[in-house]
Amino acid sequence: MSNEHSMRRVTAIRNGTVIDHIPSGQAMRVLEMLGIGGSTAVPVSLVMNVPSKKMGSKDIIKVEDRELTQSELDRLALVAPDAHVAIIRAYSVAEKLTINLGDEVVNVVRCTFSNCITTNLREPQPHRLKVVQRDPLQLRCHYCGRPQNLSELASNVL
Amino acid sequence: MAGLITMDDLTNEQILSILDDAERLLPVARGEIYLPLLQGRILGNLFFEPSTRTRMSFETAMKRLGGDVVNLGDVKTSSVVKGETLFDTIQMVDGYTDIIAMRHPRQGAAQYAQDSARVPILNGGDGAGHHPTQTMLDLFTIKQAHGRLDGLKVVLAGDLRYGRTVHSLSHALVRFGCELIFASPNLLRMPEEIVSDLRSHGADVTETEDLYGSMADADVIYMTRIQKERFADEDEYARCAGAYKLHARDLSEVKQDMIVMHPLPRVDEIDPSVDTTRHARYFEQAFNGVVARMALLCSLLGVSVPAKIEGGAL
Repeated sequence: MSNEHSMRRVTAIRNGTVIDHIPSGQAMRVLEMLGIGGSTAVPVSLVMNVPSKKMGSKDIIKVEDRELTQSELDRLALVAPDAHVAIIRAYSVAEKLTINLGDEVVNVVRCTFSNCITTNLREPQPHRLKVVQRDPLQLRCHYCGRPQNLSELASNVL
Repeated sequence: MAGLITMDDLTNEQILSILDDAERLLPVARGEIYLPLLQGRILGNLFFEPSTRTRMSFETAMKRLGGDVVNLGDVKTSSVVKGETLFDTIQMVDGYTDIIAMRHPRQGAAQYAQDSARVPILNGGDGAGHHPTQTMLDLFTIKQAHGRLDGLKVVLAGDLRYGRTVHSLSHALVRFGCELIFASPNLLRMPEEIVSDLRSHGADVTETEDLYGSMADADVIYMTRIQKERFADEDEYARCAGAYKLHARDLSEVKQDMIVMHPLPRVDEIDPSVDTTRHARYFEQAFNGVVARMALLCSLLGVSVPAKIEGGAL
């Protein structure tokens, strides 16, 4: 099945953001990381497990009337670092955004370990997670050194 | 020089050099020679949770070298109870002192303090994280007994899950090519991420619940305290505590030069009958805390320990 065919599963959007090439099954986590849920007012379309030439299968999200910010892209990097993000204006791709997962993720999420010094949110130093492995993603807190529980990251978004 | 937060902050060469300094400082630590290498320097002791040996040995180390110490004192009467952040506390003490020794209940606190300070931080224990100054005195004790660190077989026993001393020590021993046996109740096994870290560095690590079966050809048995509060069930605690208790009679088949170590305080895990055997080293180990910390204080403050130490008696 072609990529074009899979894209037609949902209608083209006039203005907003398309996040393509999300690893299969990760779309819900992407929405969670972006804070997009039931209370979001704008229309959101989501397709999961559609065939992809490049990935075998993939997820796609389309968010209408909302353009992702840099801080949202930084969060996206933690669940779908290889996703493609396009800003759509008047039905055309106006901008392609690059997701950049560096060696360290600073002030995006806080450490998932309950006894880390950074759990005191009044402490002013930046929240720093080191990328120790990219695929599959492994993060460790710069301060306490604990490996991060990726499934808990979404609830620790700053 | 930056501080000492984990053993990764020291290379093997630096570790051996600091242990050599410590060896030469022994007569100073015993009070036989007065050597005021750190005169005019001030150590800030910031212990946010209880400590006897670590705090006192830091204080003794500083004073034996002619330096001075200021203490945070009881956390309950400090600004910490008023809600002061660690960042602010460090800013203040950083201005008062030349070096800070710190213990904190939260993991990562020492690194956080180092990132907030100008002066070096010596991590005296952060939650269940690291305790590198204890590791230095442990390494000193092992080297003193065996004349080397490399290629030894070391059994670490008891609470390996929450015991920060064994976390730091394991990392260091593996770097010297030691074979490690982790003997613990299943509930208190060494954290998985530490075991996998050690193995990824090529370590020879065995995990077992059988302490007694691991002792025959060991060079070091390092006991730790099993804390009752870690168990939901009192019977389970009693069973585990009993399985990790050493008596003198258990040591009849061990190597002659095997040493028994313990970071102290002990409760029931080493019977007093072991104290008088040739194997007991835990009280020397506690004394070595002074000399190891003297060498570390000099190193982090950039003060050279003379190659030959002579001086007037006190």
